[in-house]
Amino acid sequence: MSRSSVTTESAPVRLLLIGTAVAFLALFLLLPLAAVFVEAFRKGWEVFLASLHEEAALSAIKLTLLAAGISVPLNTLFGVSAAWLVTKFKFRGRSLLVSLIDLPFAVSPVIAGLVWVLLFGAKGWFGPWLAEHDIKIIFALPGVVIATVFVTFPFVARELIPLMESQGSDQEEAAVTLGANGWHIFWRVTLPNIKWGLLYGVLLCNARAMGEFGAVSVVSGHISGETNTLPLHVEVLYNEYQFSAAFACATLLAFLALITLSLKTAVEHFTGHSSQNKH
Amino acid sequence: MSKRRVIPGFGLSMGFSITYLSLIILIPLAALFLKAATLGPAEWWSILTSPRMIAAARLTFGASAAAALVSTVFGLLVTWVLVRYRFPGRKLLDAMVDLPFALPTAVAGITLTAIYAPNGWLGETLAKWGIEAAYSPLGVFIALTFIGFPFVVRTLQPVMEDFESECEEAATTLGAGRWTIFRRVIFPMFIPALITGFTLAFARAIGEYGSVIFISGNLPMQTEILPLLIVSQLEQFKYEAAAVIAAGMLIVSFVLLFLINLLQRRLNWQNR
Repeated sequence: MSRSSVTTESAPVRLLLIGTAVAFLALFLLLPLAAVFVEAFRKGWEVFLASLHEEAALSAIKLTLLAAGISVPLNTLFGVSAAWLVTKFKFRGRSLLVSLIDLPFAVSPVIAGLVWVLLFGAKGWFGPWLAEHDIKIIFALPGVVIATVFVTFPFVARELIPLMESQGSDQEEAAVTLGANGWHIFWRVTLPNIKWGLLYGVLLCNARAMGEFGAVSVVSGHISGETNTLPLHVEVLYNEYQFSAAFACATLLAFLALITLSLKTAVEHFTGHSSQNKH
Repeated sequence: MSKRRVIPGFGLSMGFSITYLSLIILIPLAALFLKAATLGPAEWWSILTSPRMIAAARLTFGASAAAALVSTVFGLLVTWVLVRYRFPGRKLLDAMVDLPFALPTAVAGITLTAIYAPNGWLGETLAKWGIEAAYSPLGVFIALTFIGFPFVVRTLQPVMEDFESECEEAATTLGAGRWTIFRRVIFPMFIPALITGFTLAFARAIGEYGSVIFISGNLPMQTEILPLLIVSQLEQFKYEAAAVIAAGMLIVSFVLLFLINLLQRRLNWQNR
């Protein structure tokens, strides 16, 4: 997309604008990214590797994978179901439903954790009943999982709804006329059309699930080796002044972010369209 | 709803979606408002007007507004440069704009602190000039700007890409200078997207927790943000007070979300 010379700025103005923008991006994007890695290796490779091999770090990684492994498939299932519902059918309350799906984006992560404490915490609605039956949700694995599910709730649906809306239902309707049943239509007709959008939604959902801090920190109780996810482990190390170890664990999360960004760029390259996702 | 539905799966997708939405989102949020409602108006008033609450609210909304404003100015500049100019490294920078979305907030928090702390990469120089960049309201502002500016870029980018240069060409033919054209022809077209971007950045900043708590210092009355105040109420088992503060924040967020939806509708209408 080249512009004619009459609708662009003079060379010095252009250079000034590019220079300022690049300086801003360098200060706010590249410098923090570089800082993660430099701080992680400040005390050398041995300290770096040792911090990742520590028992608390390993169990934090395991918990992070487990929480994402449960919440991402659940929210993917919901995302597909909700996108099917609002793009293939017209019904009363449809636009209200679409707004409600976006709701968790307007909720502070801390509040996303708080709601579960109010339900299941020691002084919460169901707290006494849970205590009687010796079921632990808050300060235990189930709490970490439901808090993660809450904050990652909209990602897949958010990605699929505009995509499926723009594709319309003509192909599905044709398949119905040809006698295909619902599952067939989904697997053979719809899924091939939405696979890149779905992959992209799952990637974003996963990145947020593994990186979530605020919501999980409220419900986890920070029990080392039990309810610390990787971001919480980073916090604990940092607050114990083990800066190199904290940054070493942070590099894993920074890598996750970089991989997510690369895959996102690759998906956009394959599909030739840029996503409108804003979260 | 008399029209027969051709495509199968209405009942199943409706049943599952509504049940899941209710269990995960609606019932927990309702529980929060119910908890807050167990206190009377007088108690609400005393919680929401306590000096510590007011200090936290002032910092949260003030720093969020300042950060969203700076994000909007630099977001406009960055989007302009990414969309309209060609230079080496442009695609890489474009992809990197999403970094604050993808980088876990705790990592952003400790990293920004490492940069701006008094003995940090930039903080040391800033400290010599007498600027306290970390452990101060300025630190909160820096973290919230980091979190907020991608919202402005990603909202404005599609609008700017679709912008037709015909109006520009016409204005040029009529003898207008570049600055006049930008001010009178181009900029007005971007205003709805800029307001949407600002509001998204602002709404996100209000609730932000992970990236702020490391750099802010967390002193009550001075550098304590609202989400942290909720956490500290919770740690003292003051569930009701935490619920009241959260309910207040949610009402503000929902109003903002509602305004964004209105704007988005206008934006779509304009782009049609």
